[in-house]
Amino acid sequence: MATSPHHLRPEEVAARQAVMALCADASRDDLDAALQALEAPAAEDLRPPETGLVMATGRIGGDGRPFNLGEVSVTRAAIRLPDGATGFAYHLGRDRTKARLAATLDALWQDPARRARVEDALQPAAEKAKAARYRAARRTAATRVDFLTLARGED
Amino acid sequence: MYVAVKGGEAAIDNAHRLLAEARRGDPAVPELTVAQIREQMALLVDRVMAEGSLYDPDLAALALKQARGDVVEAVFLVRAYRTTLPRFGASAPVDTGAMAVARRVSATFKDLPGGQVLGPTFDYTHRLIDFALAAEGETEPAAEAEPRDDAGTCPRVTDLLAQDGLIEPSPPDDGAPVGDLTREPVDYPADRALRLQALARGDEGFVLGLGYSTQRGYGRTHPFVGEIRVGEVAVDFVPEELGFPVPLGRIRLTECQMVNQFKGSGTAPPQFTRGYGLTFGQSERKAMAMALVDRALRAEELGEPVASPAQDQEFVLAHCDSLQATGFVEHLKLPHYVDFQAELELVRRLRAEFFRDSDSVQEAAE
Repeated sequence: MATSPHHLRPEEVAARQAVMALCADASRDDLDAALQALEAPAAEDLRPPETGLVMATGRIGGDGRPFNLGEVSVTRAAIRLPDGATGFAYHLGRDRTKARLAATLDALWQDPARRARVEDALQPAAEKAKAARYRAARRTAATRVDFLTLARGED
Repeated sequence: MYVAVKGGEAAIDNAHRLLAEARRGDPAVPELTVAQIREQMALLVDRVMAEGSLYDPDLAALALKQARGDVVEAVFLVRAYRTTLPRFGASAPVDTGAMAVARRVSATFKDLPGGQVLGPTFDYTHRLIDFALAAEGETEPAAEAEPRDDAGTCPRVTDLLAQDGLIEPSPPDDGAPVGDLTREPVDYPADRALRLQALARGDEGFVLGLGYSTQRGYGRTHPFVGEIRVGEVAVDFVPEELGFPVPLGRIRLTECQMVNQFKGSGTAPPQFTRGYGLTFGQSERKAMAMALVDRALRAEELGEPVASPAQDQEFVLAHCDSLQATGFVEHLKLPHYVDFQAELELVRRLRAEFFRDSDSVQEAAE
């Protein structure tokens, strides 16, 4: 299966991964809204969306030899746009519709001419995710312990 | 003569309909939604994910609803579901060092980069029933504070100890294939990776009991909690058709680094040893018990006598799975009419022989 009609440089792979991570964190509604805004053409399935498993691995001691921790449910989709561009998505969970929306966004993003518009369309989802992370970090920070040195009672 | 019998179909169908009604409970009480179970019974959902060995909160919540809250039954449903799915492959190992921590505490060092972060914990609660929860009402919003500069960097306590060589290093990644007990039956002795896989999906109660037994002297390891951390990590997977790591999303994990008493030899200086626990969701009890048992199971490797149940890997690994255990225990209630008939015949014959012999002994005595 061809990965993409556009050959990606390493820094572009990193940018594509960032968009994929954003789509994985976003809700189905957010991705739907982004695609609506882009007035994307209808995509055809390269492979019907499918739910399966990925064995999540950890490392002994956190940094040593790998071991199998347990599986995660994953849904994947692969689509082709009318112009031949292909897109892929792999997400935790079982939402086939969401994976297909993300695969379509992936195909659109790979075209340098459309990249900026795709990133703009995903901006609301990115801001929502960022706000949620910031809020969680602030609530966690409020539970951080401040140790006080008590007077030792010598005087 | 063996006579095959058949029957009970109508009774079974009706029992299932009765089960459905019992599951629903009083229809005057609103029905639970899967989202309510996922959000409000979150630690129960985490336990089903850990022992079901499948990370999918909605699926675990649905299984709990179907199982009327029976953990092992829900684990059974999740395990059965996973057998219907193809496996796409294995993830890249998750980096718990880069975890977005929701909680992180150390019992060995008070001051450490990233700090002691309590997060949502039952610790320090008074364990008094809160009758206010029986009434519906709004929860007071959580406090907020500006994260400090080092909040994003939480080095592992074990890394800090390792800088001075005070603790043994983790076993290095030699690139060897990782055993998977869901694919091949366990061969003994099992390596540490396989043991950790079995413990990660093992029954929390069983692993807890074994961990506790080591503290009470059955395979003592002198443990300290170097660190517990709970939070989200990214999971990456390299699909063949793409050839680069694709971020799948984030999962919540609990990690426990147990620091145990020393080991040294004539050629190696004394060092702390380690036990490791990692589990799906938020479950410190499970991660801690797992780390205790992991360390106990290393007895032979560390030259300690293997004398207690928690140190016996065949005993631990063959009995820690709640689904296997319940399958063998609960099969006893299924019809054993033919087996039992044979036992009855045998005991009747033995009794007849016993009375015949005792009669003849009595006659001889007279």
